[in-house]
Amino acid sequence: MENELKENTISRRKFLKRSGGLTFLVAGIGIPAFVWKKEESAENNVQISAWVHLSTDGTVTIYNPAAEMGQGTMTALPAIIAEEMDADWSKVKIEHSPVEPKIYGIPWGGGGRGGSMLTVGSRSVSGHFENLRQSGAQVRFVLMSNVAEKWGVNIDELETQPGMVIHPKTGKKISYGEIASFAKFPEEIPEIPTNKLKKVSEFRLIGKDFQRYDIPEKVNGSAIYSIDIQVPNMVYGMINRSPVNGTKPELNNEAELRKIPGVIEIVNLDYGIGFIANSIEAAQQAKYTADINWKGQTKADNHNSQSAYKEYETLAESGNSGSMVASSGDFSREIPNTRKVIQADYKNDYVYHAQMEPLNAVAWVKDGEAEVWAGTQGTDGARSAIANHLGIDFKAVNLHPCYLGGGFGRRSMNDFVLEAVDLSKAVNLPVKLIWTRTDDIQFGAFRPISLQRLEAGIDASGQIKAWKHVVVGTGGGLLGSGADIPFYDIPNKHIEVRNIDHGVRTKHWRAVGHGPNKFAIETFVDEIAIDQKTDPLELRRQLMKNHPRELKVLETVAKMSDWGGKIPQGRARGIGFAERSDSLAAGVCEISLDRKSGKIKVHKIWCALDAGIVVHPDNAKAQVEGSLVMGLSSVMLESITFENGEVQQNNFHDYPILRMEDAPERIDIEIIPSIERPTGIGEAGLPFMGAIVSNAFASLTGKRLRHMPFTPEKVLELLG
Amino acid sequence: MTTSFILNGKKVEVTAESDAILLWTLRERLHLTGTKYGCGISQCGACTIHLDGNPVKACIMPLSAVEGKEVTTIEGLSHNNSHPLQKSWISEQVPQCGYCHSGQIMQAAALLKKNPKPNRDEIIKHMNPVLCRCGTYTRIMKAIEKTIQNS
Ligand code: FES
Ligand code: FES
Repeated sequence: MENELKENTISRRKFLKRSGGLTFLVAGIGIPAFVWKKEESAENNVQISAWVHLSTDGTVTIYNPAAEMGQGTMTALPAIIAEEMDADWSKVKIEHSPVEPKIYGIPWGGGGRGGSMLTVGSRSVSGHFENLRQSGAQVRFVLMSNVAEKWGVNIDELETQPGMVIHPKTGKKISYGEIASFAKFPEEIPEIPTNKLKKVSEFRLIGKDFQRYDIPEKVNGSAIYSIDIQVPNMVYGMINRSPVNGTKPELNNEAELRKIPGVIEIVNLDYGIGFIANSIEAAQQAKYTADINWKGQTKADNHNSQSAYKEYETLAESGNSGSMVASSGDFSREIPNTRKVIQADYKNDYVYHAQMEPLNAVAWVKDGEAEVWAGTQGTDGARSAIANHLGIDFKAVNLHPCYLGGGFGRRSMNDFVLEAVDLSKAVNLPVKLIWTRTDDIQFGAFRPISLQRLEAGIDASGQIKAWKHVVVGTGGGLLGSGADIPFYDIPNKHIEVRNIDHGVRTKHWRAVGHGPNKFAIETFVDEIAIDQKTDPLELRRQLMKNHPRELKVLETVAKMSDWGGKIPQGRARGIGFAERSDSLAAGVCEISLDRKSGKIKVHKIWCALDAGIVVHPDNAKAQVEGSLVMGLSSVMLESITFENGEVQQNNFHDYPILRMEDAPERIDIEIIPSIERPTGIGEAGLPFMGAIVSNAFASLTGKRLRHMPFTPEKVLELLG
Repeated sequence: MTTSFILNGKKVEVTAESDAILLWTLRERLHLTGTKYGCGISQCGACTIHLDGNPVKACIMPLSAVEGKEVTTIEGLSHNNSHPLQKSWISEQVPQCGYCHSGQIMQAAALLKKNPKPNRDEIIKHMNPVLCRCGTYTRIMKAIEKTIQNS
């Protein structure tokens, strides 16, 4: 079947123009489905979604709408379709879906179709789950109804096995590939009622262990990231960007730079100077030789991150009120009635994404069209940003999504994509723009710095009656996530964010505010427990007693780690709990301390997770392992500092991230079986890491670490 | 300037400016993009290749320095993922974003060639130069240990 859509984009056309077999263009819930035929109106394409192509040889191609940045959704999402359509997984091929948000996007909060294709917040599986099951079930329905017609039997007499429709009465069987050779589409594909979808107990793929689709090409160098793209006549771009956010460049030695062999063009950008050359070495030489004055007064000029904490303290003490995250009861009224008030401040420095693939993109701008290769978390956002930037139509932009060598939130920004477009436009050639690691750090967009003031009022019976949490920092909306504690029953709560804009770039970083906020909350809970001479597990049990699902997660980790049991000499443990993207996770770690060097070693981590139905358990565990380790890295080592608005770190020698020697020797993860809807997994292990290390450290030494990262210097200072 | 060397078992000649770097030559001049750029200053190991059998960082290696030598990249490690480490990497489902794993595998392969039965501490010491932001270290360790067991 040849399908062609006149008005569509290059990638879309190529995608639909497949010879042989059927492309299933399955309707959104309640929307009639259409088969693309040449004569059909192109208007329909906004209403349907194309998820599956079935070839006559039985190959099932499933289109993945999400960015693959390591989290494994390019496997998990197709597995959901394959499950309901009963595809033979060994015959499934996975390809990127076209960048068409109306078809492949999901609304915020999930459910339904159409919305953004942005891959963030661990929302891919949870947001697509219902739709993809429906789509898979509809494909199965089309196959079965065709067989029913051909065999002259009632569709209710038919069943499926992976890749086969069977008629149990007669024992007749037919493969999906054979069906593709004669199948016709019904005018309308009905919505398959939820009770006709598979029951959890009937799943053959979901919840089972199968391999990730992308791994074979990730062990031999053949996986293609945007940095690997080669286009004929491609040249190379590098950029010097303003060291202080907002300053403007003035290049002093342009003539000299133009003499460097290989340099093709020098491009003035709003916040930098671009160098285009016929090799990376030449572009880099121009970049390093450039003599640039940075002009203009900016807000960021005066920002000194270490002294910012003083401002935050003042703001925390002031009567100012910021924006409320949550409140219940009346904190101010109740606090004087409590027997004891406990207060503590926690701090966290800026942290940097440090995705292993530095930002880069390849762009080719030509005659009112643009072709771009990028590893981006927001393919549709990038596509429209490019269109707007060039003043051309969305359809004139052909964006090729590539694998992402890590995203963690940084690749949800499009700055690097638009830079590549600007450079290409300047020379009318395909340009590969590469950020050096130093660029990537110095022009980073960081998880914000913050100070967290916590205050709790304890009554005579040892109950926490009042709780106040004021988060003071920069980055506005990034600060509040995870500050609420809906699973701890405290009658009077006041949770508030106060923001100071320093004019520096901040951005979502894996788990966003949950990292700092859960550090503060879960450490503070332990401080209260110590004060009340209660076991920290016991205190959490009391606080959570009306939340059985949360409690179960906590109890599971306690059991896994044998909480309260014997611990080797010189070691101690800490516990914590956090929710993220609706998943629930609890962790315990075991540490030791080198008192001479001040170095903390985390030996083991136990983690229990409730994420509803888990589509791909082994990969879910990998995600938890990864988020624990990345969390640990940020807790122990990572700090970006600003002096007069300039980032002080340059590369991995002065922004160390966790290496193998500091990785835990063992990580045990238990996933709690569930039939509830899936929730986000990619960040769930990260938020409690700061607290469990601080809690273990307090148990070992009696001293409290309250400022992340817990570097050896801070540890030695604390130990005195 | 022309440099000749053995690349993945075949003789190659590359003509480039005298400041050419091995990493960029492999990637952009020879289009072998399995070897990755991560830091450019020998801090991350993403660019690890074998030079006469030893693991080296291609990002700080001038092209001229490999004249007459043998260079092996991830593309030259095996056919069809048949190296025992690649098999274990797949069975343990090690990679996430995957970007660091050319370097991880090349680094591990160099170790096992010299020392087929390293202990845990030796593995850690040897693998320490290669960073993984996705946090796959525990699986890397399992995959290496499994390879040793199976050999
Ligand atoms: S790129 Fe060579 S060590 Fe990082
Ligand atoms: S798998 Fe992503 S950096 Fe290692």
